[in-house]
Amino acid sequence: MELVRDLMIILFTGILTENFILNKFYGICPFLGVSKTSEGALGMGVAVTFVMVGASAVTYPIYHFVLLPLHTEYLKTVCFILIIAAFVQTVEMILKKHIPALYRTLGVYLPLITTNCAVLGVTILNTDNGYSFIGSIVNALSGGIGFLLVMVIFSAIRERIDKCSVPKALEGTPITLIAASITSLSFVGFSGIVDGIFGG
Amino acid sequence: MSYMKEFTKGLLKENPNLVMLLGMCPTLAVTTMAQNGLGMGLATTFVLVCSNLVISLLKKVIPDAVRLPCFIVIIAGFVTFVSIMLDSLLPELSESLGVFLSLITVNCIILGRAEMFASKNKVIPSILDGLGMGLGFTLSLIAVGSVRELLGTGKIFGLHIAPDMIEPMTIFILPAGGFFTLGCIIAIIGVITKKKPKKAGCEGCPSRAVCKQPECGKETA
Repeated sequence: MELVRDLMIILFTGILTENFILNKFYGICPFLGVSKTSEGALGMGVAVTFVMVGASAVTYPIYHFVLLPLHTEYLKTVCFILIIAAFVQTVEMILKKHIPALYRTLGVYLPLITTNCAVLGVTILNTDNGYSFIGSIVNALSGGIGFLLVMVIFSAIRERIDKCSVPKALEGTPITLIAASITSLSFVGFSGIVDGIFGG
Repeated sequence: MSYMKEFTKGLLKENPNLVMLLGMCPTLAVTTMAQNGLGMGLATTFVLVCSNLVISLLKKVIPDAVRLPCFIVIIAGFVTFVSIMLDSLLPELSESLGVFLSLITVNCIILGRAEMFASKNKVIPSILDGLGMGLGFTLSLIAVGSVRELLGTGKIFGLHIAPDMIEPMTIFILPAGGFFTLGCIIAIIGVITKKKPKKAGCEGCPSRAVCKQPECGKETA
């Protein structure tokens, strides 16, 4: 039970109180770039979640069974970014060959993900926080779901902003950032909810 | 003369952060204090200058097809160097920058400059370009950091300057305040340079070459 509770705490903290976009500022570039339409936001969110979980699963054994025994922890940044790049490339090739339908929906977002700081960020957070293998996977999953949730919510807000008349100086990025600030403010309301539910 | 231009363009006219809208994640994350902004900016500048130097030296050696992985490895190497140095010399700064120190690797400013400038130009202009872009990034981090620190805690660089009767607005050191401050500063810069701020686009996106999104071509055109 203890394990399940810990995992639930990681999961809900990542989705609500420490959201990757609105609280930790990972992946702001795709957040501003791809959130113009709901379909784009959904596709990007699903692709990022998938790659984050996959990258966490691949980097965990490499860090614990290769880098740690050889005392080369300082190589983790170089190592992880290469693993992520190779992983993204592999996923893209496998999808293209075997599941063309999924490739058509997610394919366009995959190359953009290599340089998404959320992916490298989550793998480094996993090792910094000393999560177990399952903890790492759940952490990546919660980050991904939180990312997906905010992307979809925010794309709806942006579709509304497009129809409004915005003061000239604020057109474009400034109004988007201010809207993001208000969205972030609304997520502050979730603070304490995880402790409240799980008595952490 | 033209060397001077390579240096100064990054400061305001083509500021990577406020005009080209690259590297937004560290801008929002580390600017709760002006001091952190300065540290992050200088660390990024160092990596940017070094990677521009090495990439412009190696531009004929690196095969075109695998250039992005090569650039990333070069950048990650310098980032590792910087984070080890900061860990031992300035442990406090390293602590407060946290994971974002490692995330300099995927800062789009660095890959963007490697792809757009260093891989096409000679060594000296590349160094100047890196220096100018890096300092422009540092300036914008200090600007955002000062505003947030002043309004959020009444201090700048840790010095108490706001009168005591003004209650600090804690919201400005929360994430929401970061988004808000950056939005306002980008709007002000847009008005000063008389140019409409561009939409967050793919200009410096390192994945532009492989990106098949239809929107991408439209925005860069």
